[in-house]
Amino acid sequence: MAELTGKYLVGVYDDDDTVLHAVPRLRKAGVKIQEVYSPFPIHGMDDALGHPRTRIGIAAFMFGVTGCCVALTLMIWTMGIDWPMIVGGKDPISIPNYIPITFELTVLFTAFGMVITFFISNGLSPAAHNYQRFDVRSTDNKFVMAIDLGRNTMSAEDISRALKDSGAEEVNIRQF
Amino acid sequence: MHVTSPVREPLIQGGKTYADVTEDICRQVEGAPTKEWKIAFGISLIVLAYGSCCLAWTWWEGLGVWGLNKTVGWAWDITNFVWWVGIGHAGTLISAILLLFRQKWRTSINRAAEAMTIFAVICAASFILMHMGRPWMAYWALPLPNVFGSLWVNFNSPLVWDVFAISTYFSVSLVFWYIGLIPDLATIRDRATSKISRFMYGTFAMGWDGSAKTWSRYEYISLILAGLSTPLVLSVHTIVSMDFATSVIPGWHTTIFPPYFVAGAIFSGFAMVQNLMLITRVVYRLEDYITLEHIETMNKVITLTGSVVGVAYITEFFIAWYSGVEYEYYAFFNRMTGPYWWAYWAMMTCNVISPQLFWSRKLRRSITFTFFISVVVNIGMWFERFVIIVTSLHRDYIPSSWAMFSPTRYDIGDYIFSFGLFFTLFLLFSKYLPVVNMAEVKAVIRSTSANLPKNIAGVAKVRQQGTAEPAFNKDSE
Repeated sequence: MAELTGKYLVGVYDDDDTVLHAVPRLRKAGVKIQEVYSPFPIHGMDDALGHPRTRIGIAAFMFGVTGCCVALTLMIWTMGIDWPMIVGGKDPISIPNYIPITFELTVLFTAFGMVITFFISNGLSPAAHNYQRFDVRSTDNKFVMAIDLGRNTMSAEDISRALKDSGAEEVNIRQF
Repeated sequence: MHVTSPVREPLIQGGKTYADVTEDICRQVEGAPTKEWKIAFGISLIVLAYGSCCLAWTWWEGLGVWGLNKTVGWAWDITNFVWWVGIGHAGTLISAILLLFRQKWRTSINRAAEAMTIFAVICAASFILMHMGRPWMAYWALPLPNVFGSLWVNFNSPLVWDVFAISTYFSVSLVFWYIGLIPDLATIRDRATSKISRFMYGTFAMGWDGSAKTWSRYEYISLILAGLSTPLVLSVHTIVSMDFATSVIPGWHTTIFPPYFVAGAIFSGFAMVQNLMLITRVVYRLEDYITLEHIETMNKVITLTGSVVGVAYITEFFIAWYSGVEYEYYAFFNRMTGPYWWAYWAMMTCNVISPQLFWSRKLRRSITFTFFISVVVNIGMWFERFVIIVTSLHRDYIPSSWAMFSPTRYDIGDYIFSFGLFFTLFLLFSKYLPVVNMAEVKAVIRSTSANLPKNIAGVAKVRQQGTAEPAFNKDSE
């Protein structure tokens, strides 16, 4: 996660529907929203915020293809080329017998590759103790909207009023 | 937009709010260990210590301490391995397959079921190591360029497939479980009062902040992981069954094995989930989260898979006769009427008859009865593996090599070891990690408990009063 600096307005909502409906209203009114933090996923929130669709699926597919190739290469090379072995009268390179391991390694590479990509793209790491929190209750029962005052042309009072109108129960200021 | 019928009972009862969920689930993590927990943990440790002594002796002395003989070369070791792997199927089934089927009731049991899966697979893996006799040579099963003559492992062998299947299954399940834990660890981190727990939970929460971007990626990868785990969970027991099915031993050489083993795995896994959840919900006062509805639904799955297993037994028997292969027929006839008839009939009674009792709604909603049947099912499933393995082996082709198997104290002690390990791990999990997935439960709570008439009678009352339409619940999906 990129380091956030500057002054932020923090709107605190107590309902996921309220915050979901507040987002398009505020954006229409010209407020640039930095991010919304919630204790559980709110469906449609990334669309409402205008976040681009995640491309993690493409990465996952690439990792899967890698796993599949690694498995087949390993087995064909060891069993067929490095030390050709005839087992049970079968051809040294007998693809049907390789399917189970190919499948397992495809899954293994996809899962691990995708999860590591997920950690990197979200800046998640065991050392991340000093991440910025706008409101500590956003992992419990509150839905928190962060607005970067530096990126907005509207005045803090106007935004604050708009947040209150959209259903925020508290509006706080945070400085990083 | 997703609309839930008011006729359904809410998934989470007691009209919980988001904050209530956090409180209820974090209570046991944050509080000091209770007396019950300490007693249970103490017993588990004693059992584990006894088992470890038996295991140490097994490894020190060699596999000769087991009751194996020239004819029966696989007995309790592989029986226990298959039994534990089977149990380890329910967690991924609940979290992955039910996620794909949008079964929201999974949310309050998936965390504990996945933990159970991981611990069961650890127990299963311990039997793989045990039956090798020289566990320090276990790495020989890996395709390593070796200095013993540059001969590679045989990739045509199902035993090698098994190494890949079990290790992939274990690591992918662990990752899936951990990804689901991160948001909840963040919740605990943000509530933590002591420096140590803030640091520990903070380390494992990896700086999770719950931003919309993170959540959307989280949901995306959960879906892909579920999509990957679904064929994976089916493949694991398929490959385990191929350890037997690709051999030419009468009684093992059966094409029906893969689906039959998978059904049996889900059957025993759900039974074990029932056992653990029925205790957990009482001890941690989670009756509002794991309701009778959950128990009943799981019982329905047990009945379904139990019936599949029953059909498989009968099909197998019919085909053994219909194939006209003398040895095949004898293997099955011997199971039923030979010296191990009691194991066969124990298996039949426990697995085929007992789950059929759940056709009665009263019985499948009875907690005591459910607990009892779950234990019975797991006993039955252990006997199934014993019957398949030992009775197929004990009468070899030549009557002079017929033999019986009887377990020694080390066979039993090594089995006890796995119980000690399993319960020690599960108790540690249930104390230090949230047993219910808070984030997912919060996500279903809107559609289940807010503004809902308590039950069908409540809906009828609302209609009679002629007030507003009964509260259809909408959640944004």
